[in-house]
Amino acid sequence: MGMQARYDGVAVCAPITVPYVRFSPESAHWWTGAALRALGQKTGLNAGDIDGFCFASFSSAPDTVVGMVQHLGLSPRWMDHIPTGGASGIMALRRAARAVQCGDAEVVACVAADTNQIDSYRQTLAGFSRFSQDATYPYGFGGPNATFALITDNFMRQFGTTRETFGKLCVAQRENALSNPLALMKKPLTIEHYMNARPISDPVHLFDCVMPCAGAEAFLVTTPDKAEQLGLSTARILSTIERHNAFADDTVQFRGGWERDQEALWDRAGCGPGDVQCVQVYDDYPVIVAMQLADLGFCSKPGLNDFIAANEFTISGSLPLNTNGGQLSAGQAGAAGGFQNVTEGLRQILQCPLGEQVSDAHRALVSGFGLVNYDRGTCTGAAVLQREALR
Amino acid sequence: MTDPLQRPRRKDPLRRTTLGHVPPRLRSRAAMEMATHAAQGRFVLQTCESCDRATYPPRDRCPNCWGELVWREQDAGGQVAAETTIRHSTDTYFRNHMPWRIGTVRLDAGPTAIVHLHGEAGVGDRVNMVLKLDRGGNPALFAMPRGDVPNMQDDPQFRSFTADPKHRRVLVTDGRTDTGQAIARALLDAGAAKVFVGDCAPLMRFAGKQQLAALDGAELVPLDVTDTHSVGNLAAQLGGRIDIVINTAGQVREGGVAFGAKLSDLQAGLDTGVVGLMRLAQAFGPALGARSDDGVNSAAAFLDVVPVSGLSGQSGYSGTAASAAARLSLLSGFRGEMQKAGIRVMSVLTGPVDDAWHQRLPQPKTAPSHLARTVVAALRDGQEISCAGDVAKDLFARWRADPLLTMREENR
Repeated sequence: MGMQARYDGVAVCAPITVPYVRFSPESAHWWTGAALRALGQKTGLNAGDIDGFCFASFSSAPDTVVGMVQHLGLSPRWMDHIPTGGASGIMALRRAARAVQCGDAEVVACVAADTNQIDSYRQTLAGFSRFSQDATYPYGFGGPNATFALITDNFMRQFGTTRETFGKLCVAQRENALSNPLALMKKPLTIEHYMNARPISDPVHLFDCVMPCAGAEAFLVTTPDKAEQLGLSTARILSTIERHNAFADDTVQFRGGWERDQEALWDRAGCGPGDVQCVQVYDDYPVIVAMQLADLGFCSKPGLNDFIAANEFTISGSLPLNTNGGQLSAGQAGAAGGFQNVTEGLRQILQCPLGEQVSDAHRALVSGFGLVNYDRGTCTGAAVLQREALR
Repeated sequence: MTDPLQRPRRKDPLRRTTLGHVPPRLRSRAAMEMATHAAQGRFVLQTCESCDRATYPPRDRCPNCWGELVWREQDAGGQVAAETTIRHSTDTYFRNHMPWRIGTVRLDAGPTAIVHLHGEAGVGDRVNMVLKLDRGGNPALFAMPRGDVPNMQDDPQFRSFTADPKHRRVLVTDGRTDTGQAIARALLDAGAAKVFVGDCAPLMRFAGKQQLAALDGAELVPLDVTDTHSVGNLAAQLGGRIDIVINTAGQVREGGVAFGAKLSDLQAGLDTGVVGLMRLAQAFGPALGARSDDGVNSAAAFLDVVPVSGLSGQSGYSGTAASAAARLSLLSGFRGEMQKAGIRVMSVLTGPVDDAWHQRLPQPKTAPSHLARTVVAALRDGQEISCAGDVAKDLFARWRADPLLTMREENR
């Protein structure tokens, strides 16, 4: 496998978050429109200027990207639909970047939007995937909580990772969320609260779980020239990886595709885990945060307890992590949850965070994990982003 | 050991009965195929015809070489790799049954599966896998402890995959036959709280009546399945207190089609076996369905004892076989209806019973006591289709392999 081609001629800009709400009577179409409107207001672009559209959602059925294009009056010459939830941000970034680089499109709006109507969470789960219909949900119907409980149970036994270790990550993310006015979880969380929370599906407890909500996230991928013309701050992509259904023979998931590809990621980026100022990773359950830290090269898995004890993950800490609060504290708006890593990573390095700024942040690691099709997350991806121009 | 199930106290008549929800029912066609094996008590997984590798969850092509998949019986061993106790669910059925334990099991056959865990099986344990049907009639993998665990059958999670007669109240529709009486005795031996035994003509004596009446826990009740009022009256009286209905009523008469048959025999046989089944289903089905999640003695099953000849027809007993065929057809429809209400509709297919109506046939025949054991085992295992006796087993195996050939063989 040769080294990945550079992302020259590609600019990533204009991170958008449409404020989340716990329940919404509106549709995914409404939320997508809200994201496009916010994107238009920020960039001055209108529908006719957007010639590429990349879309992710769980709740837009029966429509896919094409339905959304007509619904919202777009006429792109390139479009893509990314149905991979927590991995959709990275995947949208990769696809849009290559489309722009190769001239298939010039201005690509990447949007993830999901609504959360009363009872739509249960319905989404019930029809989520064929394997889950046949082989997971009829088994107690614990939803992702139960699946990740099995993964967490095995992980704790295999590597000795403790609940306190997971708790430290959750507590730090909550502290980060307190400075983010859009975060849904506004109550401070202490390690005592975390440890004493009620069990949901052992060993997963209340504060290990995200709050499903409605919301939308978006960003723009275009050329550096176009971004300059629009007066937008930009980031460049140093490197990306993506992998699906890795290590399918592992009895219980204890690693993701990152483990297989992280060397290529850092080689192409020309830096290492110590050279990023913030880390934005998929965080539906802290075990997955820990798994990513290890798989992306920050430490070994048996070393997670020590690594996490030795670092601070708050905005002012030694390794600022999920600085908007992540899905655990900002809320999980379906597929939009899978875009938070990209939008928040961008915000920090473009110096326009929702909450507090990580000092000197100019390079971010973002990582995605998505789609529990059966007993594990199938899709993984990561990217290293670096500030190019502040405007 | 598993805590022994306590006999439930009298129900509080003011309490609203828990609605009998069923677990999520949406399944692929491949999962439905798996259900047909679960119905027969076989532990199967799909195996690739080309590379021989076993796979799970149900797929439509082999993930290793994209070959065609066939269902095969498999080594039922496994080891639990991870477990969780689910304490919160958005599903209406499981929500009423929290906490619920599941685990990840590495099957000896190869694949990994998420399974229901018996209370005595946990991480690191070797387990025996069984393939069950859940309350909605869908396939479910259940991990059982290895070796003998006292009261293993009483595990509350496991019990929801069976129709165990322990502590339950059962109606046996026809107690005038050796078969009905043997079943009533076997049910009481298996811990049934009460067995109501139907008698279609209370004023006429029958062999075994006194012994039956003297049985502790048995009670003779008037029930004539050919009389809609009789069935309705009994259901009105007992419907809310009966947890399992076992239909043993039927009429066996010799005769062909063009030769040696009486139309009146066919009509009487249909009235007893077919219309009788529908009368019972209409009278007792709704009451069973309303109580399918009513605690230890929730309503659980409707079991029909039906001649295996219904699958193929049978020379010399054509009318009897025709009645059985119609019965099997009705049972399929009834099963589909009751799956939505959490009640198992089960069939015990029997070969010729060793009684006065099968005198002309040679051995082997099915002894009533053997039939009774099969009925109790079917309930304890929650097995939808069972065969009682060697003739039924042999015919069922041939019919599964080649139904048309079996029909020719049975009607020569």
